[in-house]
Order: sequence, then structure tokens, then C-alpha cells
Amino acid sequence: MSVTQLVGAKIHRREDPRLVSGHGRYTDDLTRSGLVHAVFVRSPYAHARIKSIDVTDATKAPGVVAVLTARDFEGVILGPMGAAPGLAPDKKVPERFPLAKDEVHYQGDPVAMVVAETKAQAADAAQLIEVDYEQLPAVSDLEAALQPGSAKARSELPDNVCWDLTLVPWDATNDAFGKAEVVVKERIYQQRLAPVPMETRAVMAEWARFDGQLTVWMSTQNPHLIRLPMALTLGLGEHKVRVISHDVGGGFGSKIDPYPEDFLVAAAAKKLDRPVKWNETRTESMQNAYAGRGQYYDVEVAAKKDGTLLGMRVTQTLDVGGYAMGFCTFMVIALIVSGGAYKWPAISARSIGLFTNKVPTDAYRGAGRPEATHLVERMMDKLAAEIEMDPAELRRKNFVQPGEFPFTQNFGFVIDSGDYDKALTKAMELAGYQDLRERQAQLRSQGRYLGIGLSTWIELCGFGPAAAMAPATGGLGLTESSQIRFHPTGSVNVYVGTHSHGQGHDTTFSQIVADQLGVPYESVELHHGDTAEGPGFGFGTYGSRSLAVGGMAIYMSCQKIVEKAKKVAAHVLEAAEEDIVFDQGRFYVKGSPDKSKVMGEIAFASFGPLPPGLEQGLEATSYFDPPNLVWPFGTHLCVVEVDPDTGHVDIQKYVAVDDCGVIINPMIVDGQLHGGVAQAIGQALYEEMVYDDSGQLKSATFLDYAMPSANEIPEMVLDKTVTPSPTNAMGVKGIGEAGTIAASAAIINAICDALRPLGIDHVDMPATPDRLWKQIQEARSKAVSSDGSKGGAA
Amino acid sequence: MIPAAFEYARAGSVQEASELLAKFGEDAKVLAGGHSLIPLMRLRLAQPSALVDINNVKELSYIARENGKLRIGALTRHVELHNSSEVKQNLPILAEVASEVGDNQVRNMGTIGGVVAHADSAGDYPTLCVMLDAEIVTNKRRIPAREFFQDLFTTPLENDELVCEIVFPAESGPHKYIKFRRRLFDWAIVAAAAQKTDQGWRIGLTNVGPTPVRATAVEQALAQGASPTDAAEHASDGLSPSGDIRATPEYKKHLARVLTRRAIEQSQ
Repeated sequence: MSVTQLVGAKIHRREDPRLVSGHGRYTDDLTRSGLVHAVFVRSPYAHARIKSIDVTDATKAPGVVAVLTARDFEGVILGPMGAAPGLAPDKKVPERFPLAKDEVHYQGDPVAMVVAETKAQAADAAQLIEVDYEQLPAVSDLEAALQPGSAKARSELPDNVCWDLTLVPWDATNDAFGKAEVVVKERIYQQRLAPVPMETRAVMAEWARFDGQLTVWMSTQNPHLIRLPMALTLGLGEHKVRVISHDVGGGFGSKIDPYPEDFLVAAAAKKLDRPVKWNETRTESMQNAYAGRGQYYDVEVAAKKDGTLLGMRVTQTLDVGGYAMGFCTFMVIALIVSGGAYKWPAISARSIGLFTNKVPTDAYRGAGRPEATHLVERMMDKLAAEIEMDPAELRRKNFVQPGEFPFTQNFGFVIDSGDYDKALTKAMELAGYQDLRERQAQLRSQGRYLGIGLSTWIELCGFGPAAAMAPATGGLGLTESSQIRFHPTGSVNVYVGTHSHGQGHDTTFSQIVADQLGVPYESVELHHGDTAEGPGFGFGTYGSRSLAVGGMAIYMSCQKIVEKAKKVAAHVLEAAEEDIVFDQGRFYVKGSPDKSKVMGEIAFASFGPLPPGLEQGLEATSYFDPPNLVWPFGTHLCVVEVDPDTGHVDIQKYVAVDDCGVIINPMIVDGQLHGGVAQAIGQALYEEMVYDDSGQLKSATFLDYAMPSANEIPEMVLDKTVTPSPTNAMGVKGIGEAGTIAASAAIINAICDALRPLGIDHVDMPATPDRLWKQIQEARSKAVSSDGSKGGAA
Repeated sequence: MIPAAFEYARAGSVQEASELLAKFGEDAKVLAGGHSLIPLMRLRLAQPSALVDINNVKELSYIARENGKLRIGALTRHVELHNSSEVKQNLPILAEVASEVGDNQVRNMGTIGGVVAHADSAGDYPTLCVMLDAEIVTNKRRIPAREFFQDLFTTPLENDELVCEIVFPAESGPHKYIKFRRRLFDWAIVAAAAQKTDQGWRIGLTNVGPTPVRATAVEQALAQGASPTDAAEHASDGLSPSGDIRATPEYKKHLARVLTRRAIEQSQ
């Protein structure tokens, strides 16, 4: 029957029963007749020349079908892997063939591929391959990479610079720094993070020789964005390549850009005429999945003593890794939103991308916006401490005000909407800010260190308007598509070009369709992830875009369907189209609501006889080109106590008030925030990819890579404000990355606030106990030695 | 990764297990809970030629109080130790330590015998063994704890020898085990154990060296009437812990002192 309002309802996810009971359809669950298995041989060295590869013993090992090196793919893989222009179109893009030919550039760089009847046979045979390497000096440290005389990450280049891009020159802030009454400076590190999706990468490919068709099943965030380069690289038309991605166990940005293994598995299937499957081990994932973050920022802020911001100068130094892959320049966007929620008379910004001998970096939940929020929120707290102003007051003073939207920020982007003070005030109330400050003072007198940290975050998401995005992608618009079709008996199939990999679209998009078309929720079925279905192109799920762009494409198709349905209803009800009312799933003639037809009946009628000029069927295809990005925002507030004797940080309270515009399913929004905050806690307190001086990864297992468990994540108090976006008809924004964007700053600000009495004014991530303790020790001994009167023990 | 190929046999008794180990030779290993061994095998850091599975050897699963001692069968799982009223009454610090090992999954599968035989410097039970002068009983002999933990992963166990039982003294006085780690399920960065007995305090330290350490200097200071703070300063005496990704040697020595003081102060 007809429905009431589903949008806004807390509906349990329909994906969950299969996912939580072990019935998900992940790529490694699949098999094909005659399937063989691949294992990759990878460089153990961060930087080396390949002198020779001896595959003799491996080729003779039991069950081996083929042992392949770069040479064996000539004529099958037609060219190197590409890189989009991105935000630094003039960057150097060293050629990368999926298997290294002469030189390897990070520990893990694939050099050979073994294909065997079983995975175990392939693993055993792989151990028999002998590669003779000549080790070369490796670039392991980002700061050192820029120094003259540094080792070269890539032998063929004169230095390690991939790009050096000034977005806004330094003289734009001469005035600001000239009249500054106070200047605060910091170098802020963003350590490399392993994306650690629960499901590691998996690819299975099958070549139908007689049809010239390639089918690739894989764990990806964007099947169409894989199909295109896959087709080009293998010399096939896109119409001959099908990419299928069923369930994906998380991506977090690491499954956007194609990998060498994707091309190699497909090419091997074509070359060997056998279906080939590869599943990444966890250690391989730690070492080889595109890494997150990997930058540092040199920031200076000029202000007046009353807290008025005058200007910022920020230089981003970014660790590209051994190759410039896919969208590696995306994190330059951190500079574009480095102004945060505030009004800045001027910002100067420069980005330097450097090659190192580590796995390439790429988007990781937040992709540049956590880095931006972290730097600006840290600097606001530093400034507040410097001028002895309450950090909340300082923020309020400089916020873009509600009446000032749409607001064109320093880099020319238009912030569509916001009410930053409302979220801040609500968060402070929920947390009991005044009481917390009193408690802090009390505890300080007892020698205990409580800290309160704020993060008044904003971000830009919902990528994105075709005109703005095309130069970065190389011509494609980052719009989104949908196709919706009714069946005669009234049920609906929805196809969308986004690809849920944990976001719950099967539920939320169905909620939208059910409401818009006035049909029961159970009669709506969502499809995504298969390039053979639905519209011609889709752009996938990342950058918190699925609802604002994909959801809107669905909304558009719904509007078209309702419009057509009205015409059919007019025919069925023998009335003029302009007299037809559609309400709560029913069509009726104005004034006669009791003589109505439900949408299902109209769907059936649409397949029957219709007046001339009106075609049968009830379906629509739409491409939504958003007029702007969307700009969610909020305030996170974190309370910590730091144990000065161990450096342990205890998160005692975590409050988040977030605004993602109109909410489709509040339970899913909360879930996204929980997960996002948990990942930020991971970065702030636990995680880091650790390399030694020769570029060897020391944190290759969960023993050493300290991704937190549920035990380490505190209870969170989550609340909302709702500021509908004027950018789209549904008023929606995005929330998938918000938690990660906001939280690291709140946590580090809280730690710095706690340790301020010790003279500590900045703490880097991860703030592990041993590091924090060392910093506290140093601060304490400095305090003792600088205050000459205090001789003896501290 | 996939483990290298290995043979597998299931033993029904200690005798059978020993015979199987002898048959398979030096590179055979015992499989109990498997939560230390199998990860090593998956990374191919261990490549045993054979696994002798003793999970069915019921005769090794018991908790018995006898003559002022607590006899624990090697196959007793951490969760059983944690829940046992015998243990809680007779050696409550053992129940406390058992609750701190790993996570739920590890506690359901892992065994005290396995932890002791593996002799990882970050293992929790070995600290108690050394601190309380426990005895490790194998199918061939009885070995005092201080002679059992020779070095990192090194014990006197012969190829066909199994840990069958650990014998602890019964002690129900004030006690505390403080395990400092990053995540709840992590190995200890450093841990300190304190047990007050009628003859004075026993203090043990986990992961401050290749083998567990009994902090006798701290015990002596306490016996001479030092405050917990002053006594705990001696916790790092003679220590030269190794550094790793989690902690520098200096930090471990500092933690040894801090955790020892806290363990003494919080003992009840």
C-alpha cells in the first residue's frame, strides 16, 4: 500500500542480514570453471635495479600454469598506467608498466606473477623465483627528500620533485603579516596511514575468447572508472569489458584508482585463456594498498591581538611515493579548504609533491579535508592560547556568519550554506563546557591534566560540477547517473552509478524512491556495481558524493517518472493532465480524491494502450550535474585526561554536533559518524606506517600497525543541526567522511589543552604514550632548568 | 600468506603426543590454542614440518588445590582460569592475569601451557611463574620457573617434551597485575605484578628483558620499610630492555618503575 514518509526514518539496513551472517558476495567468494590463482612476487627493497629474474625453477613447480614478467605482457598490456591531471596538471608522471621492468620504486613493487592451479601452489612456486637486485639508495624521509644532495627516489629524474605548485603567491599575504600584532607558526605532520579495509583487494577476470569479451569481478569503489582504463590498456572497446563488483568490504579511498594487479590479472586471463583470481593477503595490503595522508604543513597565521584573523601562509609538502598514480594530487584540496569555517582577508598557499621510495599515496577517508581541518583548528587553538582568549570565542569571532552565505571563500569556491555558531553552541551545551573548564581548573590544582579540544569543521564534498571537475579528471564530469524502471506489476528496479561499499545505499536510496514514487519500500530494488546494468557511465562512491550527486540523479529520474505517470494517469482517469494530482502515491482528478489510482496501477496501465504521442513504459534515465559542491559542517568537542607518568590519553567525553543538511536515515548517519570518528582516533592516537631509513616497512601486521579496536573507541554523544543545502532539491549534503574530517583536531587540541601548563603547545600524531611521555619529560626538564631557582629533582 | 606445507596428527594422550613429536622430529611443534603459533606460520616465520594437536588431551585440563599449592593443567584455557572459583580463592592474581590476556577469542582458545612453552618475553603467565617460584612439570621432569625461561622463546624443553602442568603456591593476599598496552588486546609494553605474601612482597615484571624479571631489589626495599614510591625506583635496576616500534628502552624502564609503584599501591 501507499507509504508515509520514509526519508528521515530510522530503517534498519536491508543489506545487513546477509552481510552480518556471512552471506555477503565478496570477490574472493566467487569462482569460475577452470579458475587458476595468481600470486605476485614483489620487491623486498624500496629502491633497486632489476638485474635479472630467474623463473626456471618456479615454472617447473607443481601446478604452475605460467610465470610472467613484464616482457610476457608486451602486446597484451599496451601501455603504461595513467594519471589524471588532478589538481597539479604539470606534475611529472613517470611511466609505470604494471610489472616493473628495470627499476623498483617501493618495497612491494610487483616484479613477477605466478599463476597456478591452487593458491598454495602459486605461493610455493613464487618462493622459487630468483630476482637479482642491485640495491639503490632509497628516499625514506619526506623532509630529506627535498634537500639538495638527497638520494633520488627515481633514477631517471633530476630530483624528487613531482610538482611544485603555488596556488596563491606569498605576496598576497604581505599586508597581513606586515600589520600582524601576533604571529603563530607550526609544522604539522600527517603521518602515512594504511587504509586497512576489512576486505583486502581481490580481482577475478575471465576472457571469452570467441566473443572478445573481458569480465572482471573486483572489489572496487567505482566499476566504471576501472572499466575505462582497463579497456584502453588492453586495447579493447569499453563495450567489450564488463566490471562487476558485488559486496565490497570497505575501501576508504584505497579502492578508487586502479592498481597494477588489476591490469595484470585481466591481462593474464586474456593471455592464458583461463579465468584468473587474485586475493591480496593482509600483509600485502599493509604494504601495497595506496596509503593515506603522508604530508606535512608549514603554517603561519597572522592576527590582531583581539583575535581578528589577518592572513595565513601554508605550504603543503606531500609524499607521492614511488609513482604518481591516478588522483595522487587530490590532497592539494587541503590547501583549498585550509581557511576552514573562518573569514580570512588573505591566504597564500603552495603545494610541493615529492617522490619517495614508498607505496604511492592516494585518497583516504576525508582526502585532504581532515588535513585542512586539522591544521586550521590547531592554529586557531595555538592563536587562542597566544592571545589568552577562549578558543570558542576566537572561533565565533571569525566565523562566516549565517547571513553571509553563499560565501565565496579565498580560493574562489562558493560555500553554499552554514550556521557554524549554532553547531558550536549546541556542542558546548551538550558537553557542559563551563562545568568542564571548572573541572579542568580543579584537577590542575591536583596535578592532573584534563583538556578540552574543539574542532569547528567544515568541508566540501559531493564531487562534483562537471565544468569544475573536468580539467582535473581529464575530461569526465563527475556527474552521476541513474536509471529507474517500473515493471507491469508495480515493482521498481533502480540503477545508480555510485557503488555502496558499506554506506547503506540499498536502504537509503530505496527510501528516497519509495517516497518520491509513492510505492512500498519493499517494492524498490537498488542495483549498482555492474557496468552491464544501468546507464552508460557512473562515477562511483567516494568524496561523500553518493547522496548529493547519486541520490539526486535518482531524484531526477523519479521526477521524470512522476511526470510521465501523470500523463498516463490522465489517460486512465480520462482527465486533462493539468487536473491530475499526485499525492501520497495516489493519482486523482482535482476535487475527486476518492476516485484515485495508485502508482502501481498506473505502472500497469503504462504498458497498455495509450493515446498517440505517449510511449509505453514507465522508466527514466538521468544524469545529475550538481551546480556546486556541498558543504557540511559541525562542531566536535573532545575531553581527555593525560596521564603524565605514562603518556596515556583517556578520552573521557566525545560530543559531535554535525550538519549534513536533510537526513535520509539518521541511524546510518550516526553509523558514518561513529566510523569516521573511530578512524580519526586511529590517526590521532594509534596508527602510523613506520619505515626504516632504507624504506623497509616495519609495521606490516596488526601487531605493529595499531589500528584501534572497538575497546579503544569511547561512547559518543551525537547530535545534529539541519541546514538544508540550497544546492540541490533534496537539500542534502554528505556525511561519510565528516567524522574523520573533524575528529583528529578535536583530540589533539584536547591533548594540547591538557598539557598547556607544562609549556607544551603542539603535539603530533599519533600521540602514542611513549611519544607523549617523552615530550612531557622534555617539557618538565626544560621548566626545571629554565627556572634556575629550582635545583634538584623535578 | 599461506603457511608452508606441514603434516598433522591429533594426539589422544600425553604419551601419544610425545611419541608423535619424536616421530616427526625436531621441526615438529605442539598445537594447542594456536594463537601464537598460527600467526607465525601464516607469515612463514615458523615453518614446522608437523603439528601435533593436543586439544583432545583431556588429561591436561584441570585445576587442583593440593597441599597449599595450585596445580594447573597445561591445557587449561585463559577463560577457565579467569572464571574458576578455585583460582579466585587460592591464587586470585592468576585469575586477574588470565583476564588480561589478549581478547575474548584468544582467551577462549589460548592455554597457560602454550604461553609458558612459547616463552615470549611479553607473555603474562611467565612473569607470575618466576615471581612466585612456580614449577613447570613436563612429561619428563620438574623444572623450577627460574630455570625454565632461559631466553626469548628459549626453554629447556626437548623435542618430544611437553609442558603438562604448572604448580603455583597458593597466595590469596593483596595483589595486583597492571598491564600497560596500547590496545586492550595487545601484548604488554610493560606489565608489573605485585603479590603480598606472609614472607613479604613478590614483584614481577613483564617484557623488560628477554625473560620475565623478578624485581628483587624492589622486594628488598619494601622489606626494609621503604614506601612504594621509593621501593619502585628500584624496579629498573639492572634492566636493559630492548626498544621497538612501541617503546624505547628508556620508556620501558620508566614504565617499570611507574607500574610497580601503582601495582603495590593498588594491591588488594
